[in-house]
Amino acid sequence: MDFPGKIETQVLIIGGGATGTALARDLALRGVDCILVEKNDINAGASGRNHGLLHSGARYVAGDRETAMECSGEGAILKRVAAQTIQDTGGYFVAVQGDDERYIADFPSLCAQAGIAARAVDPAAARALEPELSDRAIAVFEVPDASIDPFRLSLETMAHARSLGARLMRRTRVVGFEREGRRIRAVQVQCGGEELRVEAAQVVNAAGAWARELTLLAGTPIEMSYSKGTLLVTHTRLAQRVLNRLRPPADADILMPGGTVSIVGTTSTPVNTLDDVQPTTADVDLIVAEAARMLPALETMRYIRAFAGVRPLVGSAGFVDGRAISRGYALFDHEDQGLDNFATITGGKLTTCRLMAERAADLVCRRLGVTRPCLTATMPLPVAAECAWTEPGRSPREWMRSHARDDTLLCECELVPGRAVDAIYDALRAAGDTPTLTDIGLRSRVGKGACQGAFCAPRAVAHLYKRGDFQARRGLAEIIDFFGERWRGQRAVLWGEQLAQAELTEALHCGTFGEELRGEELRDVRMDDAPRAAPNAGPAGKASR
Amino acid sequence: MAAALFAAERGLSCIQIGNSGGLLFASGLLDLLGVHPVAEGRLWRSPYEGLAALARDEPDHPLARVDAASVRNALETFVAALGSAGLAYAPLADRNRKVLTPIGTVKTTFGVPRSMVAGSYALEARPPCLLVDFRGLREFSAAQIVATLGDRWPGLRHQQIEFPGYEAVPELYAAHLARALESAETRGRTIALVKPLLGDARVVGFPAVLGLARAGAVHAAFEAALRIPVFEIPTMPTSVPGLRLQGALESAVSARGVQRRQQARVRALSFEADGGSATLELVGIPGGERVLARAVVLATGRFSGRGLTADRGGACESILGLPVVQPDSREAWHQRDFLDPAGHAINRAGLSIDENWRPLGANGKPAWPGLYAVGSILAHQDWMRAKCGSGLSIATAWAAVDQVARQLRGNGAG
Repeated sequence: MDFPGKIETQVLIIGGGATGTALARDLALRGVDCILVEKNDINAGASGRNHGLLHSGARYVAGDRETAMECSGEGAILKRVAAQTIQDTGGYFVAVQGDDERYIADFPSLCAQAGIAARAVDPAAARALEPELSDRAIAVFEVPDASIDPFRLSLETMAHARSLGARLMRRTRVVGFEREGRRIRAVQVQCGGEELRVEAAQVVNAAGAWARELTLLAGTPIEMSYSKGTLLVTHTRLAQRVLNRLRPPADADILMPGGTVSIVGTTSTPVNTLDDVQPTTADVDLIVAEAARMLPALETMRYIRAFAGVRPLVGSAGFVDGRAISRGYALFDHEDQGLDNFATITGGKLTTCRLMAERAADLVCRRLGVTRPCLTATMPLPVAAECAWTEPGRSPREWMRSHARDDTLLCECELVPGRAVDAIYDALRAAGDTPTLTDIGLRSRVGKGACQGAFCAPRAVAHLYKRGDFQARRGLAEIIDFFGERWRGQRAVLWGEQLAQAELTEALHCGTFGEELRGEELRDVRMDDAPRAAPNAGPAGKASR
Repeated sequence: MAAALFAAERGLSCIQIGNSGGLLFASGLLDLLGVHPVAEGRLWRSPYEGLAALARDEPDHPLARVDAASVRNALETFVAALGSAGLAYAPLADRNRKVLTPIGTVKTTFGVPRSMVAGSYALEARPPCLLVDFRGLREFSAAQIVATLGDRWPGLRHQQIEFPGYEAVPELYAAHLARALESAETRGRTIALVKPLLGDARVVGFPAVLGLARAGAVHAAFEAALRIPVFEIPTMPTSVPGLRLQGALESAVSARGVQRRQQARVRALSFEADGGSATLELVGIPGGERVLARAVVLATGRFSGRGLTADRGGACESILGLPVVQPDSREAWHQRDFLDPAGHAINRAGLSIDENWRPLGANGKPAWPGLYAVGSILAHQDWMRAKCGSGLSIATAWAAVDQVARQLRGNGAG
């Protein structure tokens, strides 16, 4: 993207997750000019690492009624305005033998008090509709839980915002705030090695788990702790509905349907760092053991991937039980900390992102003197064609319906045609970006199937070279990066069939392609004729690619 | 398959159980030793020098237990058998060769099919060279290879052509093209399309589709018509060179009188206590079958071959439940980085053996006097990172069959 050294806008939004993108759209609909800067890509944080659960709120009725009611209201709104991102599957809350009987008894009235519809279902009838439920289920309630595609939601939200004039700067990191008196005059950002200054009347920190770091940079620190949550993706889909454990919230309570798979989790482990947070084998074992009590098939299920995200928990520096902290959001106006044009919106849940954005937009507009009302509760989210490829099952349906002669399948696990890759690539190019294979993976199902990119990554790269989009050694670097990314989700679930698959993958990518040697094989590196005491191609040899 | 081959050549009656489907993932290249130590990524020009270093540094490595002469004999015998079945390899030298991969990296290997060896020479000399690509061959892009090699081979260029007769077909498969090129007419039309594109090229490369059962003849015909050396570039699996290798091995093994039970699996394996005979119960054959053998060679491979299986609790050997040397906990199995130079610890898991190639039981002694284990199921090696897969299989099979012969002589007629 070409920007001059100085950039001006009314509102600078920091963070491209569910909240940041929703805020950009809300402001754009009110006619406010805004720029969103994101240090990585859309939904790079917790927004891209969750269950995809559109909460009915029933999970929170006992300990956190405010959150429960917010979820209930927002879930209904999103089902109306963002229907294309949602599968209204409905949900069950299921208690099994040994679960807290008092919790079960209190549940219906607590739901009623929160305005959440919860209908008792006979466990045998529930098992007829969901055969994988344990025969030890003792109580079942039906609730209006649903499944939402967080990628499609954020991508289409941002697409709409941009169509209304909002600007997006990906891979752009905030490195400093210029303060003068009680105002932030400008924000310094780094984008592709270049330093830029953004002058904005208002600055909103919507950076999720990174929000605290930014408040430290601005000199208006907030208290936050971090909780890692791991989720597993099964090889086959086990249930049609959302399934929740009917007990005080604990680990591995939730099983979500997601196209041809199920997503099960989660955990809550305190962490100190946001860097390189990965699922561990201990996380995996814990989830499998717990969730199998509700769905026994999970014990022997093949898992194709695990992923982990970090929840920002606002308001406490350290904690013993992450689950006791409210899942509610927090909006800081920083005025008592000496700034009049800065705000931080963080915490919360995916389900309440629209509401969080509305609250932040209300604050910002009040400060700007903008009186137009929020429209996001009623204005439908337009469908954006290039954002639709994240939906599981879309590619196969499109493919079966029709495809051009030379439109070939690049990903056979998920049936993703070259046309999808082209559409995504072209859309990113049109926005001035340099698309990577990882970008394409995020916006489609490429690499999300059983082979986890082993075959489709080289195919997609070959396709992009044939189209003339890739040049030089880029393809090799892209394959390596893409793989590195997929691998983070693999290593904790590598046993059984998945381990066999990973072995084939390594046999191809290392045994045959030698990717771990990083292209050194072609240099005129002296190959040893005689053994030597000291190694010759050490780290210095690996320095450049 | 190598073990069956060597046993038959020694006049031992042999039944081979299980399919060779894993060979479909083969590239057709035979690796002996490319990298040691793995963690340093150090490449070897001479695999035999590398093996000597390996033997000093990693005495538990299976290849450290085979002397150099035996390694040579094993590979020469193997390649000669392939040749007798119609699959010609370039003469085995004392040094490794380099070949192009479909993603434009360069692979160090040892045994190269004759149809590919001109590419190895070209990689060293880097003369003007044309790479030919076929529209619709999905996983192969000559443009990518040229782009990835870039400035390191200035005279390398690429051209894409339509495959004759397949102009209306959106997606091409390597095996179909390979069979199609066994027709003189298709060959002629292809050559006619390529000739005008040669320019100053002194060597020309194709994706590996130059024939299937008659690969040698197809390759020779291309060279005769184009009048310059022609080489094939390996493609993604399932590749034609892999199919050729599987076909030639099956043919060689059958021709030497080995009985085969390709569709069968071993359901149970039991041994007479006094070491006389082993009984294998087979499934996958109508009515089942029981085989009696005086020696059994376990060459069942690793996880992808199902010789080893793993659940969340650990890795097991599939047929007998033999103890598997492995890291203490699953957390240690894999590195955080897929391409971590050190490789993944689970890849070194496997069966421990004594000096006679016999896998150890729970008590640390050979599980049975006549039971042997060879190939990638063995512990203390990482074939994918060391680039020693074929050498590991072939050399250990040779050494173990040698032991089998000794054992059987000791027990009477072979």
